[in-house]
Amino acid sequence: MSDIAVQHGMAGEYEPSLFGTYSKKIGMWLFLLSDTLTFGALLFAYSYGRISNPDWPTPFHKESIIKATIMTGCLLSSSLTMVLAVLAARRGDRSWTRNWILATMLFGSAFIVLHGMEWTKLISEGMTPFKNPWAPTVPQFGGTFFTLTGMHMLHVTIGVIYLGVVSLRKMFLPILLAIWVIVWFATPADNVFHIGVHALLIGAVVAAVILFLKPKDYDAYDVEIAGLYWHFVDLVWMFIFPLVYLMSTRVTG
Amino acid sequence: MQNVATTHDDDKSQYFWVWGVLLLLTAVEVVLAYRQVFQPVAMLEALMVLSVIKSALIIGWFMHLKYEIAAMKWVMMVAVCACLCLMCIFFVDAQRILHLGVK
Repeated sequence: MSDIAVQHGMAGEYEPSLFGTYSKKIGMWLFLLSDTLTFGALLFAYSYGRISNPDWPTPFHKESIIKATIMTGCLLSSSLTMVLAVLAARRGDRSWTRNWILATMLFGSAFIVLHGMEWTKLISEGMTPFKNPWAPTVPQFGGTFFTLTGMHMLHVTIGVIYLGVVSLRKMFLPILLAIWVIVWFATPADNVFHIGVHALLIGAVVAAVILFLKPKDYDAYDVEIAGLYWHFVDLVWMFIFPLVYLMSTRVTG
Repeated sequence: MQNVATTHDDDKSQYFWVWGVLLLLTAVEVVLAYRQVFQPVAMLEALMVLSVIKSALIIGWFMHLKYEIAAMKWVMMVAVCACLCLMCIFFVDAQRILHLGVK
């Protein structure tokens, strides 16, 4: 075990870690475990409703499936670019670390935009958290769908901001604020994202507090930990995609 | 940026392979669902099996758990699997509602 600790460059005057790695990574893993249970509960709640309601609506047709498949491709590709960023960071290659992280952020942003379009389409068809036009007897469809996918979209947004902070540091703040202002003015006042985009402002404030109160040069360990979070976001979608989108047939046997 | 000692998981080609397999499995899922190859319950089971395989690839390779020591693997995976399995208790109630109605 101590050999592995040495390999990670963590050996010192202290006893080697029980898990053979550095504390920040264990901390992130523990956070991800707790987040797994959050998403697990939401997925089980959705599946519970899906199984116990024979009239569960199936509004996801060809267009939605194609869009969701492209979104899945974006997230899977972003995981690949994130791994490449971690490998570049380990080599000490700053420029490629930044490039690969920016590619990851681009894929993540594409996912958010596509998901936003999907939400807007469903809302324009009359779906809200409390009712849907396809199955009036199953009002919980909207609530479970928006909670599950909204929570995931929030995680992706936080992930993009997190990666922006790690790769661009203070340079990222004006970019984030510019995106916030542009999206705020570009979306109609009755669009859910006209309000939702303020999550970026909150993210910018939190990022500013971190960057100004504890400025640091993010190293390969930080990139690896940010990568763990990003892959987790990808992992969760691997269950949301089939459960919510692909299960367009009824589960009554 | 700090240069971290390289380990056996630095071979890039393995990540491209994993990415390719993940995309392939996603395509299989879409085809299965879109052509409705199975009956609904069997479809749910097939999709979940594929999703578990995909998540194992992501956790093992992309999150590098494959390269961690045994203590790390066991503590993380046993804890999360046990908690998630406990949630399966609710499915029994979902089946009860489906077959007996809401009481």
